[in-house]
Amino acid sequence: MSRIPGVFASLKSRGRKALIPFITAGDPNPGMTVALMHALVQGGADLLELGVPFSDPMADGPTIQRSSERALAQGVSLRKVLDMVTAFRRDDADTPVVLMGYANPLEAMGMARFAEAAAAAGVDGVLTVDYPPEEADDYVAALRARGLDAIFLLSPTTAETRVDAVARLASGFIYYVSLKGVTGAATLDIDAVAARLPVIRAHTGLPVGVGFGIRDADTARRVAQVADAVVIGSRIVREIEAAPRDAVAERVRAFVAGVRVAMDR
Amino acid sequence: MRMYDLPDARGHFGPYGGVFVAETLMAALDELKDAYLRLKDDPAFQAEFAHELKHYVGRPSPIYHARRYSEHCGGAQIYLKREDLNHTGAHKINNTVGQALLARHMGKRRVIAETGAGQHGVATATIAARYGMECVVYMGAEDVKRQAPNVFRMKLLGATVVPVESGSKTLKDALNEAMRDWVTNVESTFYVLGTAAGPHPYPMLVRDFQCVIGNEVRAQMPEMIGRQPDAVIACVGGGSNAIGLFHPYIPHDEVRLIGVEAAGHGIASGKHAAPLAAGTPGVLHGFRSYLMQDADGQVIETHSVSAGLDYPGVGPEHSYLKDSGRAEYVSVTDDEAMAAFHDLCRYEGIIPALESSHAVAYAGKLAATLDKDKVLLVNLSGRGDKDINTVAALSGITL
Repeated sequence: MSRIPGVFASLKSRGRKALIPFITAGDPNPGMTVALMHALVQGGADLLELGVPFSDPMADGPTIQRSSERALAQGVSLRKVLDMVTAFRRDDADTPVVLMGYANPLEAMGMARFAEAAAAAGVDGVLTVDYPPEEADDYVAALRARGLDAIFLLSPTTAETRVDAVARLASGFIYYVSLKGVTGAATLDIDAVAARLPVIRAHTGLPVGVGFGIRDADTARRVAQVADAVVIGSRIVREIEAAPRDAVAERVRAFVAGVRVAMDR
Repeated sequence: MRMYDLPDARGHFGPYGGVFVAETLMAALDELKDAYLRLKDDPAFQAEFAHELKHYVGRPSPIYHARRYSEHCGGAQIYLKREDLNHTGAHKINNTVGQALLARHMGKRRVIAETGAGQHGVATATIAARYGMECVVYMGAEDVKRQAPNVFRMKLLGATVVPVESGSKTLKDALNEAMRDWVTNVESTFYVLGTAAGPHPYPMLVRDFQCVIGNEVRAQMPEMIGRQPDAVIACVGGGSNAIGLFHPYIPHDEVRLIGVEAAGHGIASGKHAAPLAAGTPGVLHGFRSYLMQDADGQVIETHSVSAGLDYPGVGPEHSYLKDSGRAEYVSVTDDEAMAAFHDLCRYEGIIPALESSHAVAYAGKLAATLDKDKVLLVNLSGRGDKDINTVAALSGITL
């Protein structure tokens, strides 16, 4: 069963918000991913989002595109990403892991086979950027059959009628894309996010995470005041890019720790 | 006559097509679908479209009996639908005129497009100038280098050309980047997609705009020869010129529909752009269709001498027509297409686009197996002036 609802319930009882960092599996190299996942948890992450590299990441900005290209150049396939999760679980049985990626690698593996392998590896949820609810029936059924959460996106342009359709299929949490654009784009407008969240909450009791455009501890702090979770992706990938090879894990841990302190202030 | 009314309301052609995009684009696609469904049966909109096609594009395009090429091939008679005579020199303009009119009705002042060889980029820059719209064209950095004359054409027409440095730096990456622009500027911007692919409603509306080709042929052939052709033949990259020719003929079971993919260095070499011949179904660029991919579901790089066919996917309706058996899909190599290119130059005084040369090549091969009273109609989708640098380079000549 997914660890996601338990983590959100526990955070809520302690009056805290979830911090969800993202890294692309295999970036900067496949051998470092498991260590980076542990570093994120040590820094204060509550859930982890692990990007499955894809050749055509249509919804991602240049930073995550580059991380995907680095991983693919080193032969990181969906199968290998699942192996990384298996390795992570040897030392961490508690922190939920969400895979984030695109439909085609899942379809190539076969949806039922993927769901079975992901559950066996210790994955808790899956966010597939290019499965809107209209195309997601088989996918959601396959995930549910293995106790995995289907995480869906909502955006500022989502009509209220569609919020309902998403809420019906989603479990775990809802991921609210805070701005129009791709990952790592302009800084988000906190007032616009704050105004939108009640509309979403009118349709779902699920926790709502906010991501896209959160680039520093202060923005994270302000988002945490209105949302249930804060997702940070491109900014962490840039930390990985900028760090010397022998200091990547420490740099990422320190960055996440800084965000954690700001969020809990 | 068979019934055919695809796609369904959600854009599916059997298991193909659909809408596989991030949530951020769903509202824009719904807005586009609603606008198109409202306008498509509006007589005023259709009259406006027909007027532009006649007076700006120069339609109807003629059909020409390629007697000497037919004789050279030895067998069936080959007729050419002369889309190369359109304004801007290819069928692409039919679609960009239609989408530009849609954009105007939707109040969008900025258009964006992706382009490979540059033909669709030129066609989009052309209509943007015609209607006074801002135009940004995304083009793979590799293609920008290979297609310098078309880049200059777009700039002359007032467009901004953005070289795309990600991925393989070709058409598929230009499409990714155009989608990213659209997601970011969705309120002001209309995305003019260049082929009958992408998320619903694009495969449907591009097909509908390109159906002017097949509708004209269906009226012209009986006038010329007293009957319909035995087969209609078109090259297939994304597949817009082919679907525009095929679709009006789907109910005519007596007419064979033959799509010609790019076999590059040969299907067995792996260096080709023939997803219908050698790919498997997958999801890319917002729709499900046959796709060139590896065992892990990563999209693989394609090769064709013709930049316009150099694309790993294919429009979803072609995947459906393949599986249903209504259309046949074959492929010809770079070398075969080049030979046909030279033949058409020398026997008919027509310089065909390298894309169209694939269809011409297959028609020649098929004609040789058929009696002289059989008739093959080939869509000559574009002119080859844009390709002379490529052809010269292949002959070791620097222009």
